[in-house]
Amino acid sequence: MTARTIAGDVRAGRRSARDVVEEHLARIAEREPELHAFNLVLADEARAAADEIDRRVRAGDDPGPLAGVPVALKDNLCTRGIPTTCSSRILEGWRPPYTATVVERIAAAGGVAIGKTNLDEFAMGSSTENSAFGPTRNPLDPSRVPGGSSGGSAAAVAAGFAPLALGSDTGGSIRQPAALCGVVGVKPTYGAVSRYGLVAFASSLDQIGPFAADVADAALLYDLIAGHDPKDSTSIPGAARAVTPALGQGVAGLRVGMVREMREGIDADVLARVDAAAAALEHAGASVEEVSVPAATYGLTAYYLIAPAEASSNLSRYDGVRYGLRVDAADTTQMMAATRAAGFGEEVRRRIMLGTYALSAGYYDAYYGKALKVRRLIARDFDAAYQRVDLLLSATSPSTAFAFGAKTANPLAMYLSDVCTIPSNLAGHPAMSVPFGVGDDGLPVGVQLLAPTLEEATMFRAAAALEEAMR
Amino acid sequence: MTDVLPGGWEMVVGLEVHAELHTATKIFCSCPNRFGDEPNTNVCPVCLGLPGSLPVLNRQVVELAIRLGEALHCEVRPSVFHRKNYFYPDMPKDYQVSQYDQPINTQGWLELPSGKRIGITRAHLEEDTGKSVHEGTTGRLHGSEGSLVDYNRAGVPLLEIVGEPDIADPDEARQYVTELRAILLATGVSDAKMEEGSMRVDANVSVRRAGEPFGTRCEIKNLNSIRSLGRAIEYEARRQVDLLESGGRVRQETRHWDEGDGRTHTLRVKEDADDYRYFPEPDLVPVAPDAEWLGRVMASLPMLPAARRARLADLAGLAHDAEAVVLVVDRGQDELVLATVEAGGDIARTMVHVEHNLAPDAAIAPARLAALTRLEVAGTLTATQAKQVLADIVAAGGDADPAQVAADRGFEAMDTSALEAAVDAAIAAQPDAWAKYCGGEEKAAGALVGAVMKATKGQADGKAVTALLQARRG
Repeated sequence: MTARTIAGDVRAGRRSARDVVEEHLARIAEREPELHAFNLVLADEARAAADEIDRRVRAGDDPGPLAGVPVALKDNLCTRGIPTTCSSRILEGWRPPYTATVVERIAAAGGVAIGKTNLDEFAMGSSTENSAFGPTRNPLDPSRVPGGSSGGSAAAVAAGFAPLALGSDTGGSIRQPAALCGVVGVKPTYGAVSRYGLVAFASSLDQIGPFAADVADAALLYDLIAGHDPKDSTSIPGAARAVTPALGQGVAGLRVGMVREMREGIDADVLARVDAAAAALEHAGASVEEVSVPAATYGLTAYYLIAPAEASSNLSRYDGVRYGLRVDAADTTQMMAATRAAGFGEEVRRRIMLGTYALSAGYYDAYYGKALKVRRLIARDFDAAYQRVDLLLSATSPSTAFAFGAKTANPLAMYLSDVCTIPSNLAGHPAMSVPFGVGDDGLPVGVQLLAPTLEEATMFRAAAALEEAMR
Repeated sequence: MTDVLPGGWEMVVGLEVHAELHTATKIFCSCPNRFGDEPNTNVCPVCLGLPGSLPVLNRQVVELAIRLGEALHCEVRPSVFHRKNYFYPDMPKDYQVSQYDQPINTQGWLELPSGKRIGITRAHLEEDTGKSVHEGTTGRLHGSEGSLVDYNRAGVPLLEIVGEPDIADPDEARQYVTELRAILLATGVSDAKMEEGSMRVDANVSVRRAGEPFGTRCEIKNLNSIRSLGRAIEYEARRQVDLLESGGRVRQETRHWDEGDGRTHTLRVKEDADDYRYFPEPDLVPVAPDAEWLGRVMASLPMLPAARRARLADLAGLAHDAEAVVLVVDRGQDELVLATVEAGGDIARTMVHVEHNLAPDAAIAPARLAALTRLEVAGTLTATQAKQVLADIVAAGGDADPAQVAADRGFEAMDTSALEAAVDAAIAAQPDAWAKYCGGEEKAAGALVGAVMKATKGQADGKAVTALLQARRG
């Protein structure tokens, strides 16, 4: 059942929010032990919130467009009084004294937080295997990963634990798990959605975005969370342009570019679905041509300098002095070192070291400085492509969901999971993954739609057309 | 300047001043910027650097930074915040948001009363850290039983004002800090209290033989007063000269001034350059004050101390660094002098009264002070009488008529015959003194004048008495 249907029923008094929550909790009780989508299920809190919504409906109030809709929250979004762990030992037990802007907006719209979802520790990974609390399994094939880092949110939506979820996307962490779990995942324009209360991984790349089972539900959640927030200096001023009204506009006359550089290293069965998506858009009235974004080739390299550099600084504060884990030692310096050694997992430590190195005196220009130049080149090449076309199309992930352990021994192989998604983060552009059939293994394939800054509406139009073509 | 160093040696001093900005709230959040509150009461997720929190730049901070930039003749430019990364328990994020290669103010200067200009390399914005309190007897880390951190100060806005190494002796260093403090106060940028730490000074000191390149410098910390600053620089420069003259070498290090033993001590040695891994702060956007904003700030600046000294000195016919001029401007009494002269007062007598006879907070109507000086110039009141009349006027609230006050005190000017009689009486009483005076010994007049003054209870005009003596000598 879609979020739209639930909210419509609850607002009209046809169903109680409490019933909706109980149904979802029942589904969670059934499959969560196997899947581990959540770090924490907020059963009591969700019931209390649902009862309050029902009370308001009975009193004649309108609780809002998400009335009674369960929403799963990635566990790197701060929730007042509720543990927020980032799936890291170092934050185990920490309860933020404040709530993220997006979470407040969802509550104000009548949404019900149903749980905090699992992730790769501090959102660093592409399989959710880097969680300190154990991996999440893919609901469509529990022997496979759900993708990452927002694997718990993607799995929660795919398993019907919640019709909607929030994730964060720094290099593909919403889109890639959405593709692997067969749901819709959106990375908005940088600055379209407030980051206030999102525990930072790489501040200049992080964006919060929605997961949903269909395009219209994703649009509903996007429209609710987008818009200026004075608490985030990088938030774009002014009201966001709603995407829901654009969903039915079709793609007639839209120009779509197939990105040449995003075909290398992609599995053949995935590429076949990308081509099928192009054909479907063409059939719906769009024109399709091949375009080049040459600098995108260097995206992965630049990303693995910029993101770890920012992370090395963002994660410095976990030092055992103020909150979270503390491992006692003889003096403050040793206490900090012992705490960080015990509290961070291997991948987090690897990236902190990479980033620290990239920013070091004597290496800054060669690494971080050069990566910033690549970043500007990618934006320039995207701009050139968007002179010719309105949207770009590519695969989201090079493959369908892979098996546990398949890439953990080789970090570089894991990093390649994000080769098609990273350029959008570097450019600050919006992009989304839409399910478009299955691969040779019968598992879902997601195709990626990329758009220029703040052209989410155009992107959603094409997404709706692809979804329509699959019906 | 006194010769602080042995012949052939000179010192090179550059000062770094941290000034806390006088804002209502902190630099990146809405917590109060207030000194002396209970520990950890002025804190929030942002200034505690809690995960997920984000900074939002306080507009007033930028405004004050521009004020100081304009006052120090800096180039005020579009600027960028960077992160300075290092681990320290009183720094909530383990990085400090500061400005690096694109500071808001660059390339300015500060003019000392002597007219010498000290270059200002930059004056950039940054956030303050919290404060560690070490439990135990000494209050310092060594030997303490445990440490507590107070984050009330974390996120307090700072300007770091980096001066060029243009300072040549302790006296200039004192003048520089005094002048900078006066500018910070005049512009309302900071309350600049060294004792509360809202103005903190570090000194970079090196020595060299005249004409040689710069020597190795040491940075001196813990300078909590202008007096300490001068003493520490003098000690440190001598220490370095002694070291070099005895064949040693100066090691680049940070040294701690101990007010108790009057020495500097090694705090830490800089073996390698610190690597703070600066990079642009991605949570903030660049600050680009437009011309309109800059113009508005410029227009709202008050007259600065140097200009006020020049104005007063020119009026009084004194040098710009004359002690009276520096003192009167420093006390903020130059406006009173100007208004008094405007009201027809005598500038020389006004300066004397303001410098010596009026407390900085004493209230007096300029017209009354002007009238008082006119009575003096006319010979109606002597200097001594005027001083007493002035004290009475101030005690009465500052707006009494000096002629009336003088009359009330019985300070009528003596008529000439009474004065002549007193002079003749003094001559008769002291024939020896009179003989010496007549013999050309001018000093002998002193005893005679003194006798007249005593006889008239100080109401005689000393100049008139001298004139009568000269007339009688012939």
